[in-house]
Amino acid sequence: MRSSKRSLTGNVQRRTLLKSLLAIPAAIALAGSPAVMADSVNTTGLAVTDDTVKVGILHSVTGTMAISETGSVQAEKLAIEQINAMGGVLGRKIEFIQEDGASDWPTFAEKSKKLLVNDKVAAVFGCWTSASRKAALPVFEQYNGMLYYPTFYEGLEQSPNVIYTGQEATQQILEGLDWANEKTDAKKYFLLGSDYIWPRTSNKIARKHIENVLKDKVVGEEYYPLGHTQFNSVINKIKLKKPDVVFISVVGGSNVAFYKQLKAAGIDMTKEKPLFLTISVTEDEILGIGGENIEGMYASMKYFQSLPNDNNKAFVEAFKAKWGKDIVIGDVTQAAYLGPWLWKAAVEKAGSFDIDKVREASPGIELTTAPEGYVKIHENHHLWSKTRIGHAKLDGQYEVVYESEELIEPDPFPEGYQ
Amino acid sequence: MFADYSMAELTSIFAMQGFAGLILFSVFVLMALGLAIIFGQMGVINMAHGEFMILGAYVTYLTSNIFSSYLPESVYGSYFFIAMILAFFVTGALGAFIEWSVIRHLYKRPLDTLLATWGLSLIMQQLYRSIFGAREVGVTLPDWLMGSYAITDMIEVPINGIFVMILTIIITIAVALMMQKSRLGKQTRAVVQNRPMAAAVGINTERVDRLTFALGCGIAGIAGSAFTMVGSTGPTAGQLYIVDTFLVVVFGGASSLIGTVASAFTISQAQSTMEFFLSGSMAKVLTLLTVVIILMLRPEGLFSLKMRR
Repeated sequence: MRSSKRSLTGNVQRRTLLKSLLAIPAAIALAGSPAVMADSVNTTGLAVTDDTVKVGILHSVTGTMAISETGSVQAEKLAIEQINAMGGVLGRKIEFIQEDGASDWPTFAEKSKKLLVNDKVAAVFGCWTSASRKAALPVFEQYNGMLYYPTFYEGLEQSPNVIYTGQEATQQILEGLDWANEKTDAKKYFLLGSDYIWPRTSNKIARKHIENVLKDKVVGEEYYPLGHTQFNSVINKIKLKKPDVVFISVVGGSNVAFYKQLKAAGIDMTKEKPLFLTISVTEDEILGIGGENIEGMYASMKYFQSLPNDNNKAFVEAFKAKWGKDIVIGDVTQAAYLGPWLWKAAVEKAGSFDIDKVREASPGIELTTAPEGYVKIHENHHLWSKTRIGHAKLDGQYEVVYESEELIEPDPFPEGYQ
Repeated sequence: MFADYSMAELTSIFAMQGFAGLILFSVFVLMALGLAIIFGQMGVINMAHGEFMILGAYVTYLTSNIFSSYLPESVYGSYFFIAMILAFFVTGALGAFIEWSVIRHLYKRPLDTLLATWGLSLIMQQLYRSIFGAREVGVTLPDWLMGSYAITDMIEVPINGIFVMILTIIITIAVALMMQKSRLGKQTRAVVQNRPMAAAVGINTERVDRLTFALGCGIAGIAGSAFTMVGSTGPTAGQLYIVDTFLVVVFGGASSLIGTVASAFTISQAQSTMEFFLSGSMAKVLTLLTVVIILMLRPEGLFSLKMRR
């Protein structure tokens, strides 16, 4: 390890030396225009020097979304620190500029512009909600930036300027429903979500799958406003309709209220009658809900902190060493951690920081060191990944009870599901 | 609509939904009482009401942690009562301080209290975030508050719902008695109706203002403490309650406590009934529409004090 590191830096010094030697005649030839650099790794004027490269981190650290986005910021910083410790990207140390989206979607657009135009960052790791991504997207497309977006989301989008490191809806949902169907021999499903685009799109996909593929029945589909705190009525409805599976995409503060009231209403999820399957509760959310209120719940996601592979053990250990031993790591946090690594791999494959070259190099990039296991970037800029089912335990962790055999192909525009 | 269900099921539905409505009613009354005193009696538009509630919730969280780490397990079950009393005094004390430092300069400019307290709510949110972290904290409930009491196979009554109900009844009666009978209550009403005259008959109006504001905040603290049973405790969780709280107080007629109770009852029953037959979002829309229409016809709210101006 040590020797390889030394040879790496030695290599770099040689290369920079060579480059500066080459640069002398070029500079003479282009005397009077100092802006032109004969630097093959950066032909478009990004903030890249001979030993540093600037990237942006853009998440909410204030406002409502700070609860969710904090983990992503921590993961991205950890990845950058680890990459730097290994010698950086193309021999350059990563320096990050952090901006606060403040849970306000126009602010995300504004700060994206600042990062791309003023700071000329080579990549941005950020955004969390779909709304913030949709706000920032036109900026990234106009100024040709590169965004690594970590959250599982509803799909129906594919931008040349975004790499989606979380799962799109079909990857997360179909496998989970198939698993639940097989486990309980379910006939009746109840869909419940917060009222905005992600749960609605997810439930649309779920409903098509239940009705057309599994040939079963949806006995209820309900939405509650974001931040709703009283769920007794819907809990009564669940009791009355007696579904076999309740499929839940409730988010934020509503989550806590829902599970506490569910428990108080005498529904014991460990009995699995009905079976509760969520796509929105990660270990992060359980901290607020309380393990005793959610024990017995199943979650369908690509990552759980308890995944038993070696990559993950090292990741969890490093994460705790940096951010405290009591911290928990959820699905999105792990996806955010992949961002800098995927970018590094693409830059190194392209041999350049130029956005266009990185984009061209991205499809096919593989990470064997990902905490979730092996991932690969698809032509459509999403990741091939496995889907797992976790079973919530009293201590707030998930036990992985199922894992898809193959990597699941990302399909952001699923035919027959819209 | 009813054809799918048997008669027994229908009876159970109505019983369960009626009870769900009663729990919602208690929750509404509890969160609106503090505001009814501050906004209704004092005319201060307190946008930080939700944050005072969350302060009560955080006090509960801390008390629970202290009990579980330093005291024997046998007394853990009773921590909730101590937490509520602490929540009352801590938020009340903060309320008194805020009144002294900010609010008392704004009594002649009630609309400015809107901005000042909104700013205060942002400051408090960020303080919570810095102290307790951006994530929600989980408050562990004592065992006796968990679970439910089964009346029949279908009808189950959550124990914490009953707890909130009893708490609401006690506090409402206490507040009503205090406002009607006690010296402070009479003084408060006198100050609200005619400040110079009240001062002229020897009432220390500054002290009355401070105590009333502190009392309103203290009750918000108790409400926040109780809501750890049914809701989330995080820096911005107070925002989840503020709209409903103002809705209840304004709809009931700002200056009337009975109005607050009546409006909470109307809104909660309408909402929980509609939630059952329509979707949750639709129920909310219809509830708000109804309130808007009634307020257009009766701008002073359901109940209003008849007084000479």
